[in-house]
Formats: sequence, C-alpha cells, structure tokens
Amino acid sequence: MRFSGWRVLKEGLTGNKGWKPHWRDPEPKSEYDVVIIGGGGHGLATAYYLAKEHGINNVAVLEKGYLGGGNVGRNTTIVRANYYLPGNSEFYSHSLKLWEGMEQDLNYNAMMSQRGIINLFHNDGQRDAAVRRGNSIVNQGDDAEILSREQVRELAPFLNFENNRFPIMGGLMQRRAGTARHDAVAWGYARGADMRGVDLIQNCEVTGIDVKDGKVVGVQTARGPIRAKKVALAAAGRSGQVAAMAGLTLPIESHVLQAFVSEGLKPIVDHVITFAEGHLYISQSDKGGMVFGSYLDFYSSYAARGNLPMVEHTMESFVAMVPALSKARLLRSWGGIMDMTPDGSPIIDHSPIDGLYLNCGWCYGGFKATPGSGHVYAHLIATDRPHGAATKLKLNRFRSGVGLMDEEGTGAQHNLH
Amino acid sequence: MRLPGKGLNQGAKPITFGFNGRHMMGLEGDTLASALLANDVHLMGRSFKYHRPRGVLTAGSEEPNALVTVGTGGEQDPNIRATQQELFEGLEARSQNCWPSVERDVMAVNDLAAPFFGAGFYYKTFMWPAAFWEKVYEPMIRNAAGLGALSGEADRDTYEKAFAFCDVLVIGSGPAGLMAALTAGRAGADVILAEEDSRMGGRLLAEREEIGGKPGHEWAAEVLAELEAMDNVRLMTRTAITGAYDQGTYGALERVSHHLPRRHSLKGSHLPRECFWRIAAKHAVLAAGAIERPVAFRNNDRPGIMMAGAVRAYLNRWGVAPGERVTLFANNDQAHRTARDLHEAGVHIAAVIDSRHDAPVDGPYQVIKGAQVCGSAGRQRIESITVRSVKGEEKIQTDCLAMSGGWNPSVHLTCHLNSRPQWNREALAFVPTEGAVPGMVTAGACNGTFSTAGALREGAEAAGKVLEALGLKSAAADLPDAEDDPYRIAALWAVPGKGRAWLDFQNDVTVKDVKQAAVENFRSVEHMKRYTTQGMATDQGKNSNVAALAVLADATGRTIPETGTTTFRPPFVPVSLGAMGAGATDEGFKPQRFLTSHGESDNRGAHQLEVGLWYRAAYFPKPGETNWRQSCDREVTLVRKAVGICDVSTLGKIDIQGADAGKFLDFLYTNTFSTLKVGKVRYGLMLREDGFVMDDGTTARLGENHYVMTTTTAAAGQVMAHMEFVSQALYPEWDVRFTSVTEQWAQFAVAGPKSQELLNGLLDEEVNGETWPFMGCGEATVLGVKGRLFRISFSGEHAYEVAVPARYGEALFRELLKRAEAMGGGAYGMEALNVLRIEKGLITHAEINGTVTAFDLGLQGMMSKKKAFLGQAMSTREGLMAEDRMRMVGLKPVGAAKEITAGAHLFTPGDPVERIYDQGYVTSAGYSPTLGHPIGLAFLKEGPDRIGETVRLVDHMRGVDTLCEVVSPVFFDPEGGRARG
Amino acid sequence: MRITCPVCGERDRREFYYKGAALVRPAEGADLDAWHEYVHLRENPAGALDELWYHEMGCNSWLKVTRNTATHEILDVQLASEAGLGGEK
Repeated sequence: MRFSGWRVLKEGLTGNKGWKPHWRDPEPKSEYDVVIIGGGGHGLATAYYLAKEHGINNVAVLEKGYLGGGNVGRNTTIVRANYYLPGNSEFYSHSLKLWEGMEQDLNYNAMMSQRGIINLFHNDGQRDAAVRRGNSIVNQGDDAEILSREQVRELAPFLNFENNRFPIMGGLMQRRAGTARHDAVAWGYARGADMRGVDLIQNCEVTGIDVKDGKVVGVQTARGPIRAKKVALAAAGRSGQVAAMAGLTLPIESHVLQAFVSEGLKPIVDHVITFAEGHLYISQSDKGGMVFGSYLDFYSSYAARGNLPMVEHTMESFVAMVPALSKARLLRSWGGIMDMTPDGSPIIDHSPIDGLYLNCGWCYGGFKATPGSGHVYAHLIATDRPHGAATKLKLNRFRSGVGLMDEEGTGAQHNLH
Repeated sequence: MRLPGKGLNQGAKPITFGFNGRHMMGLEGDTLASALLANDVHLMGRSFKYHRPRGVLTAGSEEPNALVTVGTGGEQDPNIRATQQELFEGLEARSQNCWPSVERDVMAVNDLAAPFFGAGFYYKTFMWPAAFWEKVYEPMIRNAAGLGALSGEADRDTYEKAFAFCDVLVIGSGPAGLMAALTAGRAGADVILAEEDSRMGGRLLAEREEIGGKPGHEWAAEVLAELEAMDNVRLMTRTAITGAYDQGTYGALERVSHHLPRRHSLKGSHLPRECFWRIAAKHAVLAAGAIERPVAFRNNDRPGIMMAGAVRAYLNRWGVAPGERVTLFANNDQAHRTARDLHEAGVHIAAVIDSRHDAPVDGPYQVIKGAQVCGSAGRQRIESITVRSVKGEEKIQTDCLAMSGGWNPSVHLTCHLNSRPQWNREALAFVPTEGAVPGMVTAGACNGTFSTAGALREGAEAAGKVLEALGLKSAAADLPDAEDDPYRIAALWAVPGKGRAWLDFQNDVTVKDVKQAAVENFRSVEHMKRYTTQGMATDQGKNSNVAALAVLADATGRTIPETGTTTFRPPFVPVSLGAMGAGATDEGFKPQRFLTSHGESDNRGAHQLEVGLWYRAAYFPKPGETNWRQSCDREVTLVRKAVGICDVSTLGKIDIQGADAGKFLDFLYTNTFSTLKVGKVRYGLMLREDGFVMDDGTTARLGENHYVMTTTTAAAGQVMAHMEFVSQALYPEWDVRFTSVTEQWAQFAVAGPKSQELLNGLLDEEVNGETWPFMGCGEATVLGVKGRLFRISFSGEHAYEVAVPARYGEALFRELLKRAEAMGGGAYGMEALNVLRIEKGLITHAEINGTVTAFDLGLQGMMSKKKAFLGQAMSTREGLMAEDRMRMVGLKPVGAAKEITAGAHLFTPGDPVERIYDQGYVTSAGYSPTLGHPIGLAFLKEGPDRIGETVRLVDHMRGVDTLCEVVSPVFFDPEGGRARG
Repeated sequence: MRITCPVCGERDRREFYYKGAALVRPAEGADLDAWHEYVHLRENPAGALDELWYHEMGCNSWLKVTRNTATHEILDVQLASEAGLGGEK
C-alpha cells in the first residue's frame, strides 16, 4: 500500500477500514542468507538496503523485543553531519544525504526536519575549535557557518545573553542538520524491508552464535536454531554481550545516557542548540515538548535508566543557558545503553570470524547514523568490501593506533567520549 | 455549587480570584478546580489535538484536562493543574491551547476533520513535495503544537535544592501512610512523611468512612498531631516523591510557595517557588494510593463527566457538588459511595448505572443494573447521557456524570528501577512486584488493597518490616476499627459502539485509534503507545494506560498480562527545570575562581576572560588604545624590551614529597626527574596510558625528597587524579605523598631583559646568573615574606616566576607592577602571553589537544629509553609514530602580511580544497609585533620535512584563503640566548 | 546511587569520579597485545563488574568497587591500594 495524502483522505471518507499492517509477523525460516541480530534502526536499515540495493532479500532481522525498541526509540532525535576527523566526516556526510531523501525513498514520513543546529561557543579556544570543525565540514562538501553573537541572538533570543557564567560568543551553524521522528525511522525501514521480502522476527532473542572452523554458520534463538551464511551484528548497547557469544571481546563499554522531554509548550525553540560548557543539547519537537540531554551518567550500565546527579546537571545547564525555559516541566526521563568505544567513534567492519560482521560502538551518535550505517553495512555484508564512505571505521585501529577518530581528544577512556 | 455545611472547610475565609478574566469567590483551602466547580464553571480547557471542550476530570496531580496558565511575563507558568493550584487572594489563571477564548476556540475545527486525523496519519502524508516539509507542513503542525506557552522572558522566580536523610521515607499520607509513619515514629526511627497534597490525609479527606468510630479525617488529624510532636518525624506537605533511584535515593519536589501570592518567591524575597529534594532513605514505605480510571464510551470527554472518587472529594472535602442532577456510571461497589454521599447531601441522583447485574442498591435512587452508558450529549457541558440496558437505550438528563472503571494502584515508583508490575486478576489491576525497589515496602491501595482497614493493616505491617530491618523494636500494632468492605469489581474498559470513545483525554487518543494501531500491526504495547501517542500526555497515562492496553489486548486476542505494560519512568509528576536546576542560573552554573590579582586587574581596566573556572586578565588597555590588538602588541613589546608582569597562578601546582618522589616522577613523565639537581627545574612531558600526550609543565626540585610540579591550567584536576591513581592503584608501595597547592601560592611571571634588575630591588637575596641560573629555583625572601623564585621562561625572555603565599599575592602584584612600570614595563595579559609563546613555538592545550603524540610535537627525544614510564608501551604503536602524521610546524605569510587564523586548514597549492587533500590545520595564531607579521602554529602532514614549502591556508568560516610558508615553530631567538643569558 | 567509601562512609555518587573497569596493569615489557587488552578491550559484563571509582570530592581515595551493571547493586568496595592492580613489576 502506498501512503499519500490522497490515501489518508480516501480512508478518512470510508471509515479508515482499508489500512493494512505495516509489516508481517512471519515465522522464522530454518535458514537465511543473512541474519541480522538487532531490529533497531541500524538493523532494519541494513536489511532494507540489502534488499533494495543488493537484491539480497533472504534476510531475517532477529529482535529480542519489539522493532525499534533500542536506541532508535529512545534518543533525542538529532541529525547532523558536523564531525571533523577523517572517517567520521565522510561517513556522517553520506548519512545526512540519505536522510534528505528518506521520506520519498521509504514512502514513510519520518519528519526529517532540517531546522539547523547551532553549537554555541563561549571563548576563543572553543571558537577556534568550532572554526576548525566548520572548515572540515565545508571541505567535506557539507554546510557550516560561524554565527556571531548577534546572529545567534536573532535566531534564539531566549538564550541567556545577559548574565551567563560562560557568555555566548557565537555559534557554529549547520543548516542542513535537524531532527527526525525517531520511531518513524525504524518503522519506515521496517516496512520497506518487509515489502522487499525481509522477515522481521520480533520476540526472538539470539542466545548463541554458531561458529564452525572459524566460520559462522548460524544462530541459536529463543525460537530455535537458524542457519545463516552471514550473521551481522546490529545490537548497539548489547554489542559486547552478543559478540561474546562468538567468543569476541570488543573495545566497548556499555554506558547509560539519559534523555529528557518536557511537557508540551507552544513552540519557542526553532533550532537544535547545543551548549558546550554543559554538553547540553536541546530541541523542541513538533508536539511542543523540549527534547534534551547531556552527558552519560558515567558508569557502566545495562539498566537503561539513570540517576539524579546527571539529571540535575542537565537541568542546571538548561536553566543556565535558557532561563526563559526554567518553568518548563520535565515530563519524562529515560535511559539508553550506549556502546562506548575508546575513541568515541563507531566500528563497521569484518570481525575476526568469517561471515560475522560488526556494526557497533555508536557512542552518542547512533541515531543520526541510521541510514548511513544501514547503507554501508549492507554494502560490506553484500560485497565483503567496505563502502567508500566507511573505509576507516575499523576494528583494528585501536590496536594499531592508525586512523583513530578521537573527536574530543579525551583518549582511550571509554566513558569520556 | 457550594453546599452549605458540607466539606472540611467550614468557616474558611473567602478569597477572590480570577479565571479567564472573570472574577469569582472561593474559600481558603480550595484548589482552583474546586473553586471553579463551586462557581459552576466546568469548561476549563481544550484538548491537544481536536480542541475538544474539557472540564476537570480528577481531583489530583493526574489531571489531564484542567491545565491552566498562571501569571504573566517572567512569572508566566503554563500547564498548572487546576486540581493542584491552591487558591490565594488575587490568583489569576487562564485557559490555554485555545483562541480567542476557551468558549470559542477556532481550532475546534480540527474536531470535524477527525476522520483524517486518526492514529499515525502524519506518517502517511506530508511527503510531497519534499521541500514542503520545512516550508509548509511543519510550520502548520508547529503552529498547533504545545499546550501552554512561556513568555520567552527569563524566569523571575527562585528555586532551591536540598538533601535530606532518614531511616524511613513514607510516601503518601492516607491511612496506610499515616499508620506506617506512626508505627515507625513511635519506634524511634527517623521518619520523613511526604505528601503531595497541601493537606495530609489522602483519601480520608475525601471519604466519609470512619476509623475508630470517628470520621477518617479526624483520626488523621489526631495521628498527625502525634507525629508532629515527635522530633524524629518530619512532615512534608506539597511534596511529591518524583523518582526512585539507586541505593535508596529519592527525588522530591516541594511546591513551597505556589499557594502564596507571587511576591514571596521572586528573586530577592525569602521563599523559593519550589525546592527539589534529594532524599537518601534507608527504607521506604510506598503508600501512594491509587488512581481511578475512566470508562471509555462515546463522547465520554465532555465537561461535567468526572471520576466518581473526584466527585466525592469535591463534595466531602470542599463542600462542592459538581452538578445538580448527577448520574453515576460504575463497575465496582466503591463508586456507589458517590451516589450515597451526594444523595445524603441533598443532591439529586438521576440514576446509577452499573455494568454488573449484581450491583448493590445503596439508596432511594434509581439503580440500573447490567447497563452501560453508551453516549453523552451537550456542547460545553454534559446535558444528557444515553444508557443501554436489556430494556434498550434511554436518554437521561444529567449535568454531571461520575464514572468509575475501578482503581489503578499507583505503582509508578516501583517501576523506576525497571521492575514490571504484576497483573492481579481479582483487583483487575497491576500491583507492585515485591522487591521492585530495594528497601521499599508497599502498603494500602498502591498494593491493590482498597479497604480502609486493609490500608491501616498494611501500613503497620510495612513499618514493622522496616523497623525489623533497622533493628528497632515496634510496639504491637494497635489497629483501629475501619471499613473493610470487599472490592467488588467486574471488568469494564470500553463500552462497545460507534463514535469516538476517549482513552487518553489530553492527547485525544480514542478506542478507535488503539484498534487501528493493532490493525496496522502496532501490536506491541510500546508500538501502540508510540503510534497513537497514548499515555504520552502530561499525565503519562496515569488515567488511561490500563484501559488502553485492555483495548489493545482485546483487539489482538491476548490477555492483559500477555500484552504487558509500557514503563513508568521518573518523574512521577512533572518537575520544573528551574527546581532541578536550582542555583545554576546566571553566575551560579559553575564555581568562579578568582586570582589574587583580580581586583587590581579590574582597577586597571583589564578585560577579564573565563579560562576554565578561572578568570584571567586578557589585556590591560591604556588610554588611547581602541582595540585589544593595540594593547596586546604593546604588552608583547614591553616584555621583549623591558619587563612584564603576568599572574600565572592558575597553573596547577602539586607539592610532592617522599623518598620515592623521584621514582614517582620518572614514571609519570617521559623524561627523567630523579637525576634533576636540587635547586633546578626541568620541563616534563606526561603521556596517557594510550601513549598520547596528556600534559606538560615544569617541575622543580626543592630538596632531596621534595619536588613542586606545575601542570597546565586546563589539566590540573586531571593530572592530580592521575597521580593519585598511579600512587594508590599502581605503586602503593612507593613512599610518596603529594597535595595540590595551586591555591596556596600566588605566582607571577616577571619576564623581560629587565627582570633581573627588577627582582634585585625586591628580594633580600642577590639575583644573578650564579644564584639563579637558567632553570634554577630556590627559596627567596620577597620584602620579608618567604617565597620561591624559579628562573623559567614561557616567553623566551630572561624571566622568572616568583611565588608567595596567596595572602600576599595582591600586594606583590601591585608592587611588581609599580616597579615594572618605573622601568618601562608593566602588566601583560593572556593575549600577549599567547603571542609571546607562539613566537617561541611553546605549546598549550591548543596544541596538546588530546590527539597528538610526542612525535607530533617534535618532542620524541624526551621519551626516555632508559626507564619505564606511563604510556611508553602504547606510544610505540605504529600509528603513533607514522611519518605521515600531522606534526607541528610554524607558519608565516608568503609576501605581504596577511591573516593566519586558528582553525584554518592547510592544502598543497594546486590541490582542490576538499577533505581528502587536507594537509593539516592551524592550532594557534597571532600577530607578532616583534616580527611584524602574523604567525601561527600548525599540525601539518610530514610537517618538519616540509620546512620552506608553501602551503595554502583556507578558512571558509572567516573567509581567509592565503599562502603561507612552512617554518620552524620557533620564530624568535631560536638559539634561546635571551632566556639563558 | 550511593557508594560506601571505606574511609568516609556512605556518600552520594556525585562525590565520585568513574574510570571504568579495574584491570591489572600489564608488566613493563609486556607485548602490545597485552597493552591493547588493558587499555581498550572490555569484558563489559551485564552483572558483577570490578571497577575503579575515585572519591574526588572526598578523601581522594581510588576505590575498587564491585557493582552489578544490570541492577546497580554495589557488592563490595575496597581501597585500590589494596587491590593489587599494579601488576608484575
């Protein structure tokens, strides 16, 4: 079924009786060409592009819970391509381009809203770092510009320009950045993959990865064994646990990152705004809620929930920066589990086991990567060669020190990224 | 309508208040909702999506409909629940999400388009043409977004945060909570009893059931009097426990002055508006009660349709009858109390409709058994209902329908640590899982125990368990007599039929929406929630979730427990960002650190900058100087030509002592310090364990076993923690002790050719090349004060740093300036300091940015091969020594002076300006008055091998595109004769 | 979250800095694989984990805390100086 305004109109006039399931609920088959572990954004996008771009549709996506229930369903929805190190630059640039055509490609409105992101800076050092970043972005072929304090004020007059502990000096703006309706991204890819024959299997936890003679042969699941020629990990947050089933130890720590939404308010914040001194990022959804977050809780966790110190830090940053929103009320807080790597950048690569592929280590950046990750991962799985936009997302970079992508310069302590 | 003689507010003072510009009278103790109902105002708001007229549904914080805005400007407070806002003289509130008025709201036209606005419609449209999303569709949607509005002005109220500690936190002050607090308090435990309402007592204030032969509220008052008299008990009203966190930490929001006229909480006055508490409790008793759930039937959302328990609360607590001709629709016995109480208060009961064939008959009014309300009529207030029974359909005139689908225990806090509640088939409700929150016991209605006697018993038992764990003796529970009626209920979630039956009132989610979600295969309860927005409104599904998932269970052929629940997450009630972020506005966000020279620098008109938490003088403008560059150039020159003074106390200073201090430093630094002679200073480089540069600085050896290390300002804390780690975790056997003395010493650079001369007038000791040779250090007496003198240079000049105990810092700064100025020198700030060090190719954290190696900095020679040091192994990884790494060089313009800008990227001339051709970037740049042209430091691929080459510098951000020559990073005095001489 | 510092007693988590897994440092001269394992690779269990915390706003003690990463329950706390993390020297 094709979605369109006409369809909505027609169904509305005929009692909305014609709508169909967005995807099937098939029984798992005994064998697939590719089994993807993890039915989140990346897993679903990978399945979609495997089918669409590579004609591989004998694919199963195995999901422990419900589709889109991982970090794609619990993030702050920011989409951007404002990285500055080789490896990240071209990858996120590639991803942003896929975002820009996503709705039409998927025939699903993921509400990608290119409202622009403003990274505020507060001193000369931060300004120079923003300039270096902005130049990297432009050299990559994406857009960036430096806004003066007055230009920032024009766009966001509600910020604290008067009496700020760290006065606003200006901002780095990327206009093509923005937000998207996160659940719809997962659903759109799920529907697209399903239409192309991919089996999306929910409530199907993978309990083992079968390896024979150094080659992957299938997986054990809560719904029985499934043979597979290739097995692809896309279980960020649980990557370490899943990889351990194949005997691998990854350079990853799992950490909890909280996110927050306020009660609905009449729109006031029209951009995504980030505040470096507090690591705060805020936007206002199309429903009116302020959606925001800041740092990790800074302890290893699989609990998908956080504690008060970081909640309070986030609110403190918020009111310091935006005293005009101090009366907004926090409606809900939640946590997601982040795969934190030693350089804060992701891994999309072969694993040391033949036929087993890795897509992990997304740190804070997984949501914006969704289309890009699916696209280049599908390419790797289908061709066994990295996609041109993902040649540097290597597993062995930590061992060799070649091509590390430590955007924050904090070094190998996983939780500092 | 207020009923004379009814309610707990007899003799209360009358209060004038305004709503939507209309002024009315209420009584002290009223909420805005009770006062409006007393004035027969039912229409209070509009729903989110369809802008349906809405009245108050509940009497508590779960209210989804009656959300109002209070105040204007910097005091404007949207989304205030009318059920929580206490009345005060002069309160002005107004409806929101409506225009021009709540009675005539033009957006109500949305309701007519409802067939097209079903669940998830927006995922299926607004896609063509692509560019229209940002230009047309999204602005249209955003136009309709949100409920209340903020003014856009900075908040004028103040907020507080506080910590509290207790043995037992009792959450809720109904019969279970009071009994638990009483039992624990009598046993001597430290108790906090928290109640979100303005008055303690919970449902005892809303019901007429007796305890110990007296009205429940009187029993409550007696218990409270006893609790209040106990030193070990703290009573906190208007305090909602918002979240359960690890190890017995709870968040709590106290509404300190929402009930007072505004002047009390504004900046400069004595009360905060709210206080956010962090309560560390050894144990907790959750006695949070239950929330009554609506029944879904066609048009069940009209003003005048209310929860049955809320109607009793308005009647029994506030003496208000929400209608004159009331009907009741229920599926449980308890709800019949509403009819009984209203009838006894003289209010006409038009009918009681009970879905059960065995419903009780409690009074002389019509009880229609085995029947259902299947519709309502009325525009801005209910006028009639349609009742369907075995006899067919009949219309009954009514101006208030009280409904009850049973009660949902308030299990929310038990879910905050990821526990899922259990379905209880008898209570038809989710109840807490035992042990859901370590240290928490549940009691009363939140446990699914709905009788008063049961609540009292469980409250006492819960306290008993807690006391046992605390090792305190509890007296045998002395339980008063109370109502112990069975909770008789039959399932009733949604009345079948056409039309729209509301589940989530605020978000306008109907039974149809949930069913449609199921049809479209959003069968998981999480999918349904996300697709329909069920439970995502300000009540977070407190009223609607269970019914919605019952409808989903039905639509998908599963049981309710099979269908499962979504997760309740903190906060239990919405909490203002201002309260949780209290103290952080304006300068309060981070501590401010001031140098001892701060005041004097201010006196001299210095421009002060934030450097981390510190404030430092950037430059000291002189009369006639119109921009910072002029001041900076002058200050650089005075250092090069005479003598300059700069406060460098922000650098981290760590005092290190012990027999193994040298060994310790040898391990921390790449180079050796154990061989350093006493009275000498050495520059050192520190790596992280991954082999990258962490920090640099000088360390002085003051004695055989005594060193003083300096760190960069930025890394002072990090280096200290790192040293503690090495000393405690890696080498606990070493005899070394150290402490930060950053704030104990004020330290000033005295730099320039006349520095020695200046010091010779100041110190008791003779300063010359023998007493203080280059990199020499030692104690010195500064105008009689014992201090330290280091002959080190960050400017390339003959220079010293003189240190005195911090209390003498300001005086010494003044004295140094006086003497320097007399010699043609003066103060210099951060800007000049930066230019001076760039001229010398000296690095700061602009270069040590966390991604550079010693090799990149040209300092590989400092990595000792004779001893082990931290980071040594990993620094030998191939990637860290690769020839094509970006390595540090200097840059100067080719030809006439042009700009060099930090953050610019470098390209080989002729190459396209694209990422793959990127050769490096500029880390630091400035104008060198000494050389008469701009200079910069940069990291360039194979940099040191390219000295003399021309590179193209491109800064898109600043519009600079110029050619530079690659030069040595040491621009000035490369032999170092000036510093040494 | 609250941690019982062996020196200071029970304190709020906000007084502590977190470093990560508490691993034994390789001997000087160990091969790069061993260092790679120490610096980068993590067992990352969903359960009991030995980890390093620093009582930064208290007594400056480094602690080895055993904590369940799935429930946040704290099972044991000891001083890092007594935990033998320095490895072979």
